[in-house]
Amino acid sequence: MVTAMSKPITASDKPLLSVRDLRKSYGDHEILKGISFDLMAGETLVLIGPSGSGKTTVLRCLNHLETPSGGEITLAGDTIGGSYVGEAARWEPMSETKLALQRRKFGFVFQRFNLFPHLTALQNVAIGPRKVLGLSKTAAEARAAEQLARVSLAGHMDKLPSQLSGGQQQRVAIARALAMEPRLILFDEPTSALDPELVNEVLDVIGALAREGMTMIVVTHEMSFARKVADRLIFMADGNIVEEGPPEDIFSAPREEKTKRFLTHVLNR
Amino acid sequence: MSIDWAIVEMAIPLLAEGTIMTLRISALAAVFGLLGGIALGLISLGGWTWARWAVRAYVDFIRGTPLLIQIFIVFFGLPMTGFRLGEFWAGVIALSLNSAGYIAEVVRGTVGSVEKGQTEAAKSIGMTRGKILLYVLLPQSIRPMMPALTNDLITLVKNTSLLSVISVYELTRSGQAIIASHFVPLEIFALLAIYYYVIISALSYISRLIERRVPAW
Repeated sequence: MVTAMSKPITASDKPLLSVRDLRKSYGDHEILKGISFDLMAGETLVLIGPSGSGKTTVLRCLNHLETPSGGEITLAGDTIGGSYVGEAARWEPMSETKLALQRRKFGFVFQRFNLFPHLTALQNVAIGPRKVLGLSKTAAEARAAEQLARVSLAGHMDKLPSQLSGGQQQRVAIARALAMEPRLILFDEPTSALDPELVNEVLDVIGALAREGMTMIVVTHEMSFARKVADRLIFMADGNIVEEGPPEDIFSAPREEKTKRFLTHVLNR
Repeated sequence: MSIDWAIVEMAIPLLAEGTIMTLRISALAAVFGLLGGIALGLISLGGWTWARWAVRAYVDFIRGTPLLIQIFIVFFGLPMTGFRLGEFWAGVIALSLNSAGYIAEVVRGTVGSVEKGQTEAAKSIGMTRGKILLYVLLPQSIRPMMPALTNDLITLVKNTSLLSVISVYELTRSGQAIIASHFVPLEIFALLAIYYYVIISALSYISRLIERRVPAW
């Protein structure tokens, strides 16, 4: 059977990222109730859903900014954050140092940019290659300059974040993630904190990365962007995946009642 | 009431000598206290649980006991452990240990209150806790730390007067020596107050200058 996938997937293709039964609770409150999905290298996955559905928590659990309460995340075959040991499959978390080695394989772009305010744009991007990857100052800055040029900020390298617009800051943040040469990049509502006229410059950069074949997961409320950039769409509600598939299918013919209601609401139709 | 101006005139250069000693002790204890305090503060934000508890206990002891007692413990305790350092170094050590405890709290408080997103961003590019502290959190904390550190430094300078009890010949002690031979307590103590006030005003001024030169963003 041939399915409508934008990229052909053969039986020999192993997913780059695999998420199985991911759970997260805060006390009695269950945020994620067992999320499972796979991501192929080069694929762009977009997560949509109402506020509080758990989209952001999924992203933050993937690179263990939040510690999951259960389930397993594997990146290129390695379990993230620890391992299940023994017959009882007891979870054994790994050391901070080992986790840090895994984290650098995930790029993360935050809603509120989180640039380092005391460093220039160039230094913000170079600090990872320099202090984490151990590159020389010259090599790290060369790499940073290259990535800043990639997000069209070659002329702003020596400015502090406070001297940049929100859109420029978010592009520096994208360059900072790219400079670590991650296996995939996680975008957590990258345009939600931006003034409307600055949204497109950031979306254009993300769109270009998608076309270049960067593997990424994007949480967004920008529906037209989601439709355009996604290879695959996941709709979440109440900590579950409700529906999953190619964007055209979900936008034009949603199967689930919850998806229909959400789309009607956000698309005003 | 009549002021004995001849004594005042005679005392001014004598007290200047004590002032130099006070400044020497303050400078040494400030440097050691600052280094120690930053180290302890970072440890108390670090990953080793046992070390965090040790710092916690240390700070608790420093804050929970009078400095005078701490000075005596160092002064009488050090020789028993085989170190014969004399009253000058005993004084420097006691004051350094004391201010390190207070500075550790300032460092912990300021570094710990840097916005959480900074730590998350640093984690996301694979930084470990030590690197996050060193390259991300500490540099952002220097400016907000300055007022509290200035306070601690001022306290340190004033606290040097307590070293007179272990016969360090600093400012207060040099005044007491004059009082002992001439019995003019009011004149001398008033002079001492002026000396301390001038030193501390100068310190505050320098600190404000430095604070203005620390880069802002």
